[in-house]
Amino acid sequence: MTDMLLTHYNYWVVMVLMMIGFYIVIAQGNLVKKLVGLNIFQTSVFILYISAGKVSGGSAPILDDAISVYSNPLPHVLILTAIVVGIATTALGLALIIRLREAYGSAEEKDIQEQNQC
Amino acid sequence: MLSHLPILQVILPLLAAPSCLILGRPALAWGFSFATSAAAMLISMLLLQQVWLEGPISYFLGGWEAPWGIEYCIDLLNAFLLLIVSSLSTVVLAGTRQSVAAEVEPNKQTLFYVSWLLCLAGLLGILATGDAFNVFVFLEVSSLSTYTLISLGRDRKALWASYQYLIVGTIGATFILIGIGLMYMMTGTLNMQDLAQRLPVVADTRTVFAAYAFVIVGVCLKLALFPLHLWLPNAYAYAPSAVTAFLAATATKVAVYLLIRFSFTVFGADFGAMDIPLHQLFIALGLIAVFSASLVAILQIDIKRAIAYSSVAQIGYMIIGLGLGSAAGLQATLLHLFNHALMKGALFMSLAAVALRMGSTRLDDLAGLSQRMPLTAMAFVLGGLSLIGVPLTVGFISKWYLVIATLEMGMWPVAVLILVGSLLAVMYIWRVVEVMYFRDPPASSQVSEAPVSVLLPLWLLVVANIYFGIDTALPVSVTADAAQALLGWGK
Repeated sequence: MTDMLLTHYNYWVVMVLMMIGFYIVIAQGNLVKKLVGLNIFQTSVFILYISAGKVSGGSAPILDDAISVYSNPLPHVLILTAIVVGIATTALGLALIIRLREAYGSAEEKDIQEQNQC
Repeated sequence: MLSHLPILQVILPLLAAPSCLILGRPALAWGFSFATSAAAMLISMLLLQQVWLEGPISYFLGGWEAPWGIEYCIDLLNAFLLLIVSSLSTVVLAGTRQSVAAEVEPNKQTLFYVSWLLCLAGLLGILATGDAFNVFVFLEVSSLSTYTLISLGRDRKALWASYQYLIVGTIGATFILIGIGLMYMMTGTLNMQDLAQRLPVVADTRTVFAAYAFVIVGVCLKLALFPLHLWLPNAYAYAPSAVTAFLAATATKVAVYLLIRFSFTVFGADFGAMDIPLHQLFIALGLIAVFSASLVAILQIDIKRAIAYSSVAQIGYMIIGLGLGSAAGLQATLLHLFNHALMKGALFMSLAAVALRMGSTRLDDLAGLSQRMPLTAMAFVLGGLSLIGVPLTVGFISKWYLVIATLEMGMWPVAVLILVGSLLAVMYIWRVVEVMYFRDPPASSQVSEAPVSVLLPLWLLVVANIYFGIDTALPVSVTADAAQALLGWGK
C-alpha cells in the first residue's frame, strides 16, 4: 500500500487536485472562485498527461549520440495545446463575469439567481 | 484539389473567421459567412458522393502517415453528418441577417459572424477528424465560440446561461481529455482506428474502463442527456434566435456523433456490455428524458424555452435507439439525427421570425398570430407536426424506425412509451396552435408577415421536412449502410 502511494505519488496528486478543483466549482458561490476551481481541475489533467510522458532514466527528447533513452515528448506537446485551450476558457469566463457584474451588480451566484427569479 | 476535400471542409471556415473580422461591416460579414458556409456545404456534398461511390476516404494531414500523423477519416457516417451540419448552417445563415440586426448590438454583429464561422469550423472538425486528441481541440473551438454566441443574446440572462454552459462544458471537455489521456497511456496511440485495434488487448484493465467512463460521461454532458441537460434550456432560450436554430440543429447532433464514434468505432460495440448495463441505462435515461423534458415543455410560458426542452426529449429518442445496440436501433438514431435537425431548424427559424416581428416568443404574445403572420404560423405548425411524428413528415419516419427497432428486440413496453411520449409532444405543440389560430389578435397590433429573406430559408426547411418524409431513399439508404459499417467495424 505505502509502496503504491510512493511509486505513484504524482497520480495521487492528480486525483487530489482534481477533486479539490471539482469541489470548488460545485461548492463556491463566487463566480471568479468557480473559475479558479475549474483551472485547478484542468491543471490536474495537465499533470496526468505530463506524468505519462516521463520515461524512467530518460533524457529530454533532444537527439544526441550519447543518449539512448528519451522521455516521450508527445504528451507534453498535447498538453501545450490543452493549456492554450485552458487560457482561452479562463479569459472568456472572466470576460463573462465582468459582463455579468455590469448587468447584475454582483458576481455571486446567489444574487444573480435571486434577480433571475423576479 | 479533390483529394484535399476532407481538410478544405474544416480549413475554409477556420480561415474565413479572421478574414471576416477584416471586412468590418456586418452586411459584408454576413455575405462572406454565407458564401463560406455554402462552399462548405458543396464540399460536403462532393464528399458524401465520393464516399458513397468509392468507400471511406483517408486523408493524412501534412502528408504524415497515420498513426503518427493526424488522419482525417471520412466514412458514410461522418460524411452524412458533415452534410447535415454544413447545410443547416447555410440555410439558417441565409435567414439570419435581419434577425441578427434586430437582436445583436450593432458593434458586435461582425463578431457574431466570426464566432459563427469558428463554431462551424469546430463542428466540422470534430466530424472529419480520425484523431482522438484532435476531437478535443475542435470540441473546444466549437464550445468557446458557442459560449460567445449565446452571451450575445439580448436578455442579461443570456450571460448567465453562457457562464453556466462554460462551466459545465469545460468539465465535459476535460472529462473527454482525461479519457483520451488514459487511452493513450495504455495504447500509445491517438488514432481512432489504431485505438480500435489496440484497445481489445488491454480491455480488461481498470484504466481502459475508467477511460471509457470519462469519455462517455463527458460526451453525455455535451449532448445534454437527461440528468446532465440542465445547461441546455437556458442556453437555447436566451441565445439570439438564429443561434438557437443553428445550435439545436447541429451542436447536439455532433455530440451524439461523438458518442456513437467512441462507443462503436473506438471501444467496439461489445465493450460497454461488460461490467455495467450501459444499454439498459441508455434506454432508461432516454425514456426519462422524453417524459420529464416533454412534461416541463408543456408548462413553459415562453415557446422558445418549451421547444428547447423538447430538444432534450428528442435527444432522449436518439439515445434510446443507441441503447438498443442493434443495427436497426442505430439506424433509427442516425435517421433521427437528420430528421431532428430539419424539424428543430424549421421550428426555431419560425420562432426567430416571430421574435423579429413581435420582439417576444411568449405564448400570450402570440395570440392570433395566424392572421398577422400566416406563413410563419403555418411553418411552425408543420414543423410541430413533424416533431410529433405525423405521417408524411420526417418525424414519422424516425419514430417508425425506432418503434420497429424496439419491437424487433421484443421491447414492446419501450415502444408503447415512445408513442405515449409523442402524445406529450402533441400537447405542447397544440397549446401554441390554439393560441395562434383560435384567439383574436390584440386590436392594436400592427405586426406584418416576416420578410421574404427569412421566409424563404424557413420554408425550405419546412419543405425538406415533408419531402424527406415522403421520399426517404437518401437518408434511409445512407443510414442503413452507416449503421452496418459501424457494427461491422468492431468485429
